[in-house]
Amino acid sequence: MTAAARTPYTDRNFKYLLIVPAVATILLVGLFPVIYSLILSFQNVDMMFEDTSFQGAKHYRALIGDARFWESLGHTLLFLVIALPAELILGLAMAYLFLDRMPGRQVFVALLVLPVTISPVVAGATWRLLFDNRFGPINQILGWFSDEPVTILWTIDPSFVYAAILMAEIWQWTPFMFLLLLAALSNVDRSQIEAAELDGAGFWRRFRLVILPAIWPVMAIAILIRALDLFRLFDVVWALTRGGPGTMTETFSIYAYVLGFQQFETSYTAAMSFVVILILVVTITIVLRRMEIER
Amino acid sequence: MMRPDRGTGLALRYVAAVAVTLLFLFPVYWLFMISFKTPEEIFASPPVWWPKSLQLANYAVLFKDGDVVTIWNSVVIASVSTAAAMIIGTMCAYSIARFRTGGNFFTDWLLSNRMVPPIVIVFPVFLLYVKVGLVDSYLGLILLYTAFNLPYVVWMMRGYIQDIPLELEESALVDGCTRWQVFLRVVLPMARSGFFATAVFTFVFAWNEFIFALVLTRAEVTTFPVQVTHYFGGQSNFWAKIAAMSALGTIPIFIAVTLLQRYLVRGISLGAVKG
Repeated sequence: MTAAARTPYTDRNFKYLLIVPAVATILLVGLFPVIYSLILSFQNVDMMFEDTSFQGAKHYRALIGDARFWESLGHTLLFLVIALPAELILGLAMAYLFLDRMPGRQVFVALLVLPVTISPVVAGATWRLLFDNRFGPINQILGWFSDEPVTILWTIDPSFVYAAILMAEIWQWTPFMFLLLLAALSNVDRSQIEAAELDGAGFWRRFRLVILPAIWPVMAIAILIRALDLFRLFDVVWALTRGGPGTMTETFSIYAYVLGFQQFETSYTAAMSFVVILILVVTITIVLRRMEIER
Repeated sequence: MMRPDRGTGLALRYVAAVAVTLLFLFPVYWLFMISFKTPEEIFASPPVWWPKSLQLANYAVLFKDGDVVTIWNSVVIASVSTAAAMIIGTMCAYSIARFRTGGNFFTDWLLSNRMVPPIVIVFPVFLLYVKVGLVDSYLGLILLYTAFNLPYVVWMMRGYIQDIPLELEESALVDGCTRWQVFLRVVLPMARSGFFATAVFTFVFAWNEFIFALVLTRAEVTTFPVQVTHYFGGQSNFWAKIAAMSALGTIPIFIAVTLLQRYLVRGISLGAVKG
C-alpha cells in the first residue's frame, strides 16, 4: 500500500505539482522539437528556401532510394554487431578473472573502470594519438614483431579504419560490461554452482544452466544500454575518421549531421530522423518483448 | 575438473590481472604523458615512452591562449544543468516512487526519451534555437542537458527513494508535517547519498557530452570536448594541446568517479545492479 492510500489525503494536487517541472522541461526540449521535425519532414525547407507547403511523403520516398543512408545504417549495425559481442565476451572473461577474492581487487577494479568515464571524444582523440603512423606507439610495437618499420595509416587506410574505431570503442566500453557482469556474478548463489558441480556438470553446463539465468537480468540491461549507445555512435568515429575515408565509416548519426549541418537539407534530415526513430521504436519493442526484462 | 593448487592459481590470476589492467590503462597513460612532453619528445620516432621531465609548458599555453575558458564553460553548463535536473528530477521521482503518478506509462515515456539518438533531437532543437536566439548561449545548452538528463535522474532517484522505509514519512505526517515538509526534511536527507551519487553521474554525462555542444556552440560557450576536436587540423594536429586539454578535462572526472566507487555500478547500470 502506498502512503497516499493509508494517510488522509489533504493536498491532492501535491503529486502532480511534483511532476510538472519535469514534464514541462521534457515536453519543451524533447517532445516539441520532435513534433516540429515531423512537420518539417513533410515540407520543403533547405538552406535556400523555406517552402512550408505540404509535400507529402516526398522526402521519405527519396530516403528509400538514398544508398548513402542505408549504407550509414549498415555501418552503424556493423559496429554494433562486432563491438557488442566483443565487449560482452571480454567483459565476462575479465569479470571471471576478478570474481574470486584477491588482494588489491578493489584497486584493479577502480583502475579498470577509468576508460568508461572518459568523454568519448577524448577517447577518440587519445586513440588518434596512439594510432599516429609516425609518432604513435602502436605501429612502433607492431614493428617489434616485423622486420621492417610498420607505417599503417590507421585512420585513413580503408583496410584498417574499422579495426581502429572498433579498438577504441571496445577499449572504452569493455570495462562497462566488466563492471556490471562482475557485480552480477558476485551475486550468484554459490551453493547452486557447487550443487551443479557435485552433480557432475562441466563448466559450460554450469554456466548455461545456473550462472547465465542468474546474471541474465543484469546482462540484458547491459546489452540494451550498450546497443542503444552503439546505435547512436558518433563521438569516437568523429574524432578518429569523421566518417572517412570517403563515407566508409559514416554512421547514421554522422550522415544526419552532415546532411543537417553541412548541407542544410533541413526537411530531408527531419524525414531521416523520423525513419530512424521508427526503426528504433519497432526494434526496441520487439527486443524488449523477447528479453522480457522485469521492471 | 582439475584445480591448480591455490597459491599457483592466485599467482596466475594476479599476473593476468596486472596484464589486463596495464593494457587498459596504457592509452590513458599515453594521453597524460604526451601532455608533459616537449615538442621534440612528441615528434620523436621511435616514440619516447616516458618524458624526461614533467614540464608543464603545454598546460601553460592553454592558459596563456585562453583555451581553458572552455573548461570553465563546461563547469558552468554541467553544474547548472545538473542542479536543475536534480531538483526537478528528484521531485518527479518522489511523486512516482510514492504515488505511482501516471502509472507505468509515465515511467516508460520518461525513460523512452533517453533512448532517442541525440542527433535526432539536436537537429530540430538547433532550428528552434536559431529562431529564439539560444544558439551559442549558456542557457541553450543548460536547458538541453537538463532535459536530456532528467530521465536518468528520475529513474535513479526513484530507486533510491523506494529504498527508504515508508514508516518515517508516515510518522512525520502524523506529527503534522505537510507533504512538502516530509519531502524536504525526511525524504531528501534520507536519500542524500543516492542524491549525491546521481548528481555526480549527471554531471559527468553533461561534462562529457559532445554532439549537442558541437551543434549548439560557436565560439562563446564552447565546451572542452568540442575544443579538443578543434585541435585536429587538415595538415597537422596540435598534439600537445589535444593531450593537455584532454587531460585537464579528464582529471576531475577521474577524481569524482574514484570517490564514488561505492555507487559506481548502480550509477552506470541505471540502477539494474544495487551494488
